[in-house]
Order: sequence, then structure tokens, then C-alpha cells
Amino acid sequence: MSKKAKVIVIRTAGTNCDYETVTAFQLCGAEVDLVHINQLLRKEVDIMEYQILAIPGGFSYGDDVASGKILANEIQYRLMDAIARFVDARRLIIGICNGFQVLVKTGLLPGIDGIDKKEYTTLFNNDSGKFEDRWVYLHSSSNRCIFTKGVKGQIYLPIAHGEGKFLTLDKKTLDYIKKNDMIVFKYVNKNGELAGYPDNPNGSTEAIAGICNPGGNILGMMPHPERFVTKYTHPRWTREKLPEEGDGLVLFRNAVEFAKKKL
Amino acid sequence: METHNHPSAIEPYGGAGTGIGGVIRDILGVGLGAKPVMNTDVFCFGPLNYPEEKLLEGTLHPRRIFKGVVSGVRDYGNRMGIPTSNGAVIFEEGYTCNPLVYCGTVGIMPNNTCFKKVKPGDIIVSLGGKTGRDGIHGATFSSIALDKDTEVSAVQIGNPIVEKKTQDALIQARDKGLYNFVTDCGAGGYSSAVGEMAEETGAKGYLDRVPLKYPGLTPWEIWVSEAQERMVFAVPLSKLTEIMKIFERENVEATIIGEFTGSKRLELYYGKERVADLDMKFIHEGGPRFELIAEWKDKENAEPGFVSPSNLGESLNKILSDMSVASKEWIIRQYDHEVQGGSIIKPMQGATNDGPGDAAVARPILTSWKGIAVSNGINPRYGMIDPYWMAASNIDEAVRNIVAVGGDPDKIAILDNFCWGSPNKPEELAGMVRASLACYDIAVAYGTPFISGKDSLNNEYVDVSTGKKIAIPGTLLISAIAVVEDVRKSVTMDFKAEGNLIYAVGLTHNEMGGSVYLKLNNAIGNTVPKVDAKKAKKIFDKMFKAVRLGIIKSCHDCSEGGIGVAVAEMAFAGGIGANIYLDKVGRNGDVNRDDYVLFSESNSRFIVEIDKKHQAKFDALFKGMEISNIGETFGDKLMVYGLDNRLVVSEDINKLKESWQAPLRNP
Repeated sequence: MSKKAKVIVIRTAGTNCDYETVTAFQLCGAEVDLVHINQLLRKEVDIMEYQILAIPGGFSYGDDVASGKILANEIQYRLMDAIARFVDARRLIIGICNGFQVLVKTGLLPGIDGIDKKEYTTLFNNDSGKFEDRWVYLHSSSNRCIFTKGVKGQIYLPIAHGEGKFLTLDKKTLDYIKKNDMIVFKYVNKNGELAGYPDNPNGSTEAIAGICNPGGNILGMMPHPERFVTKYTHPRWTREKLPEEGDGLVLFRNAVEFAKKKL
Repeated sequence: METHNHPSAIEPYGGAGTGIGGVIRDILGVGLGAKPVMNTDVFCFGPLNYPEEKLLEGTLHPRRIFKGVVSGVRDYGNRMGIPTSNGAVIFEEGYTCNPLVYCGTVGIMPNNTCFKKVKPGDIIVSLGGKTGRDGIHGATFSSIALDKDTEVSAVQIGNPIVEKKTQDALIQARDKGLYNFVTDCGAGGYSSAVGEMAEETGAKGYLDRVPLKYPGLTPWEIWVSEAQERMVFAVPLSKLTEIMKIFERENVEATIIGEFTGSKRLELYYGKERVADLDMKFIHEGGPRFELIAEWKDKENAEPGFVSPSNLGESLNKILSDMSVASKEWIIRQYDHEVQGGSIIKPMQGATNDGPGDAAVARPILTSWKGIAVSNGINPRYGMIDPYWMAASNIDEAVRNIVAVGGDPDKIAILDNFCWGSPNKPEELAGMVRASLACYDIAVAYGTPFISGKDSLNNEYVDVSTGKKIAIPGTLLISAIAVVEDVRKSVTMDFKAEGNLIYAVGLTHNEMGGSVYLKLNNAIGNTVPKVDAKKAKKIFDKMFKAVRLGIIKSCHDCSEGGIGVAVAEMAFAGGIGANIYLDKVGRNGDVNRDDYVLFSESNSRFIVEIDKKHQAKFDALFKGMEISNIGETFGDKLMVYGLDNRLVVSEDINKLKESWQAPLRNP
């Protein structure tokens, strides 16, 4: 019998997309543990027991100071040695929505210096000035990202955030991200073209919705793949012919398949 | 379902936020604790364009209240990670000084955690927020008329993350069976929480142990403060260490503040000093009984004196632009309606995800296709004519919204929520009595039990210049929840394809009283929509059968704006036009005007789209009942032909949509 890939989903005060993230990995045959950050800080749990680490969406610590900042600090100052070993071993990390915000604030993304010495990128207040829940078309193009292997062209996912505008520190950072094929998702319109609001829901630079590190094993994205694993959560399933499986599931499956190969 | 009206009138953001925070704690405190899985919010405001100079001293402008309330509920609800999937917003002048903010939460719990009982010797543990002066007298201030001097300190201060931590810790402790009883600290704070828990045992409380936000609170302030995010547990001594370990790991403050005794007395200490010693029997049964007088007088409103206009397109556009009818997308999108991953029928639907849905459907357990449908019914204008028929209509509306999406009419439960003026005024109280009578009659006829409810009285504002108290229109919100056996059979309201048949299910009467159409003609009228409960129940049952047979392409409930608005919404949501023939509409003989047929708000009606190939099946199913094939889906215009077959509406569906979207696009 083949062994199951093991996934650790980290939660803390204010995490709220944990249940659906756990379920998405389980649907792909993984064994999933939902673990409070305190259990990691107290070394009750060792992340090296796992092949995939996920930081789900929510409002960690209320997004006080800045979105994701406090959880990012806990990881950066108290867990980074373990996380760095995890990344070096080419295990996988995914941060969704608030999880993406955490990853850019820990220096795990974009990961230009390995673990970044400064914040090269950030996720800022939406141009619309408000939290928004809507579905967006995403163009996936990166050959580097392990999570999106085989995903070519367009997928459809919901976003739900107030701070999702992707910004880079300078043009050099942006060029680096582009040159190294680290842009995983761009917001596009129905026809696959770059477009303004609301197709680009937050005003992100170059409509960037998700990036990976140069190694392709860390993915951060604002849209929620865990909310679209079956066609019945698509906003138009009562009127369109759709495949049974939602567009988001492939990301979880790719991760689980990749992890299983390394078992 | 909770109300937070007065707090929202004077501090809209905080008042509304703690409204949703409070109702979530009700769910956490039901039985041994339920997991919140959906929120629903209903707001009533004054008109957003209310003239500044008409505002009374001490009141905030409706626009400010509106924005504050919307963002207060947004920031609390989103941070709790509970999808806000359903709601309504009503604009009426009568709510200018005293808005209404209804917040509701749905929870799920395992069967074996429904019941709870305190045992003598159990430890009283308070979990969550610290206690401060905020919200002292919150409950009493909610029950007296507001005036310009009402103080903001009575409004509680919310912190959703403390509540989220409390929830996470509570559910874990529940699943391990670590406590015997839990309840929330709502109105009255510890006094009512501990007071209720100790009814059969008695309790000793040590108020000096309660963690405070800042020093200086006197014992009575600690006892009645309505500081937020607090839950009170009865924990057996043997499980104390384990439960405290969970609370500690979740970073949520837990404090032992006393114990349950067998003395049947409430004894409170502050240090060594005994500050209260009361008999439990007195606390629970010592309250005096009120005797109030209600006196109902029939009203006779002026009947509108205009003839049916030859072009009803203009009227239709105007109704769609009425603030209460217009699109609420600006609000809906600010609420996360998809968190928890189980959103099946969303509040916005159709070809471009922007048509108005009836009920929301979700599956809270992601490994099951069983789900819930949630809806509401509210229409204060009917109450201005007769609260009896308002209540009946609201129940009908909530139930038919559930039926419209495919909910099982035999598995619907409803809730009532009364917001009224002073019960000391006989005519106000009479309105409530009339509404209550209808609640009984219709609920019994529909077989829909009332499983919860609330009232908020004295919704009045004192005009200092005249000394007069201005009351809100008596308002009853009915919320409905139903089990959906298989969410994959759910139905949305957007037209699906050209060439399909459009049916009106149910009879159209001359029931213009309280309608939006008359409102736009500056009248209320008298012919309030009534409910024929027996017929209605049959219609609901057949509709449910039709949905289960899979022959309903789309279905929309007929409410404000009648057939005209229902068909227009279905058309622009689906991006498909329609031809409608008013002479085909099944109607009572006394409806003989085009405008009345099109805009009457008779209850228990649906507009349904079916494929031609299912017509025979559909007709057979409804044999002997009042259904009528009123047209077909076609093109990209809404064309309505009058009783004499003259064209009375010819409107591009995109124009109708624009009329509907423009008013609240950027409020």
C-alpha cells in the first residue's frame, strides 16, 4: 500500500478558511493535520513530519498592524530555522489569501535571497478601498510552480479580500519575478485578456494574483482554490455545462502527487 | 436572530458590529454549543437622500448610519469567517431617527450536544473578553426611547478575533465533553448568564477575580457590564485542568469566577465583602407582571385616484430603481459569502453573477450534499394598513423564497422578530397583537414551527423641539430556514434559455395596498395582500415536487413590484428577454387594469420557466390549481402586452438592469 502524503495546515487566532483547505487536501487523498501555531512554537509538532505546509485564509490576529504581519513575525522570528530546512528539502508551501500575505511578510516570497532580507513585495489595500468577494478569471502560465503543473490557460476562482493589491518594491524586483517565471496567476477577463476593474479586482501590478519562489515549491495566491473543488460552488452551475471537478482542486492534487513521489 | 437598533442609531459601526457578535454568541451558547455556518442581515434605514435640514437634533443622517452599519457588520462577520449569504435592506422615512439592524446566525451541532444541565459543585469559568464599563445599561437603554442626550457609553465595544478564538476553543472543549453547561454573556452580562445557569442550583461568584479591561469598576458594574465576547461555562472539577489547557493553547483568557452550589441562592463576593445574597426563586419569579392595554382601530386610507398609464415601462423602471428593490450588490460583495467553502446558491446569480437570488443555499458539511436554505420576509408598508396581513405576508414571503430555490416546505422552521414603538400606547400594542395572531394562524396552517424569536420595543425618538415621540413603523421580520435534502437539485432565478415557457403559479388579486407601485404614486391604499393559507400550502408542495422532478429551469418569488419586477429580474439576470401577455395571467375578476395585473403584490405566487417538452408534465402536476402560461422567453427585450393586447412595456433588458443597479452602485 502506498503511503499517504502528509499535510500540515496551520491556524491561529482569526484563521477561517482552515476547514475547506483541509477538506481540499483530503479529497486528493492526503492525510491532513490542522495544527495551532502554538503547537509548533512549543515544539509539540515537528513540521519535518509533513511534506506540504498550508497557511489558509482568514484574518490572522485580526490583521492588526497589517494583514498577516503578526503571524508572519511569529514564523519569521521563532520558526524560520525549521521552515528553511523544510523549503531546502523541496517540500511544498502554499499560502492562500491571508496565507499569501503571511508568506510575503516572512520573506518566504518572493524568496529572491532564499529567505528574503527585506520585503520585496507586498499586498496592499484594494484600489476599490473595500473588501470584495467576487469570482475572477486567472491566466496561469508559470512552468516553474509545482502546484500548477499542467494547468494551462484559464481558470475561474473566487477572491475575498480587502488587501490584495500586489506591489513590488521596485522595477528590479518585478523584472526578477518575470525573468524567473515566478508569476503563477494573472487576473484576466473572460476572454483571457488583461483588463481593468473588476476583472483585476484590486489593482495589482501587472494584474498579478499569485507568485511562487524561484524554486517553484512555495506558492502564494489571493484567490481561493479551496472554495472551488466541486462544480456546485461555481456561481453559474445551474446554467452552464461544467466538469464535475472545480478548477481549484488541481492545485491540491498536484501538490499531493508531487509529495507522494518523494515518499 | 437579534436586533441592535439603538446602539446602531448612535454609533452605527460599533452598534452593528456588536449586533452580529452578539447573535453569534447565541449560537455558541445554544445547547452545548453550535458551530456558526451562515449569517443573515436585514437593515431598515431612512432614505439616503433625506434632506439635511429635516434631520432632528441629535440624529445621524441615514447615509452615515447606512455606511456605518454595513461596515460594522462586514468587519465583524468577515473576521469571524462566517459567510453572510442572505439579507435585505429596506428604506422608509419612518426609520430615519431609529434604524433597525437585524443580525442572524445559523449554527450546526451534533445531535448529542443539544441538552445541558449544571451540577452543584461545577466551577464557573468565564472565557473570552475582559470586562469593562462598555455596555453598562445596554439592555435597558435599548428599551427606552432615544433622545439627543442618549450616551454612547451604553454601546458595547467589539473585538471579533477574541470571539473567533473563543469559538475555536469552545468547539474543541465541546467535542471532548469537558463541560456541563455553557451560555453567552449578552444583555445583563454575568448577571443574566450566571443567574440563568444557577436557577436550579444557586451559585457563589467572586467578582474581584473577573479580569478587567482597566481598574476601578465597582462590583455592580462588573456584574452587569455587557462587555463583549464572553462565554460562561459550568465545568466539573475533574475536567478543569484539561479544559484550561485547551483555552490556554488557543490564547484565550479563561478565569474561574465562582462555583455552583446547592444553596439555591445567588451569593456574590468582592474580596471578603458579600455584595449580594438573593433567593433564586425571587430572581426568576419575582418580577411583577405587566398589564397593558391594546386597542385596534381600522384605518381607512385614501384610495389612489389615477388611471393605468399607457406606457408601463416607465413605471417598471421606477420600481426597479426604488431603493428597497434596487440591487444591493455594493453591500453583498463586501461580505464574504463563500468562506467555509459550502456556498451553493449565492446571493448574486445569473449570466454575469449579478441577479438577485431568493434564498441562500449552503452545505455546511463538505462531505455531504445535504444543506440548508435561509431566507427572510419583511414588508413594513403592509403593516401601515394591517399588521395582521403584514405578518401573514412576511411568513408567506420567507416560505416561498425557500420553496423557490428547492427547499422542502415540510422541513421549514421560522423565527419572528418584532420591532415596534412603545407597548404602552394601546394602538401600538394592538398592532403587535394583530401581528402575533397572524403568526399563530399562518404558522399552524403551513406547519412551520417558530423555533426562536425576539422583540425590540420602544423604537422611538424624542423630538426635543416638540416633545413628541416618533415611533418606527411596526416591523416584523420573519426568517426561515429549511433542510435541503440534496443541494445539487437547487434552482436559481435567472432565465436559462430562449424559447422556454413562462408560468405564473398562484392567483393575482387586486392587492395594491402597501405596494411599491402605490408608494411611487404617493399612496398606501387599503387592499393589503392577504394569504389563503390552504391554497398556498398546496402550491408550495407542488412546487417542491416540480423542483424534485427537475422540470423547473428557473423560479423567482413574486413580491415587491409583482409579476413585473419578478420577470424583469429573471430576464436581466439571465440575459434573455421575454414576451408576457397580461390577459393570460390567472387573476381574480376584480383586477381589470394593466398596471394592477403587472404590479399587484399578491402572496403565494411564483414565476417559473420550463422547457416546452416538460409542459404536459408541469400542467398535470398542477392540475386543478391556479397556474397560467403567461408568455415565453425570447430575444433581449421585455415585451408586455396588456389586457387588450396592446403593447404596454417594451424595454431593453439592459436598460431595466441599469435602472435596478444604478441607485446603490456607489452609495
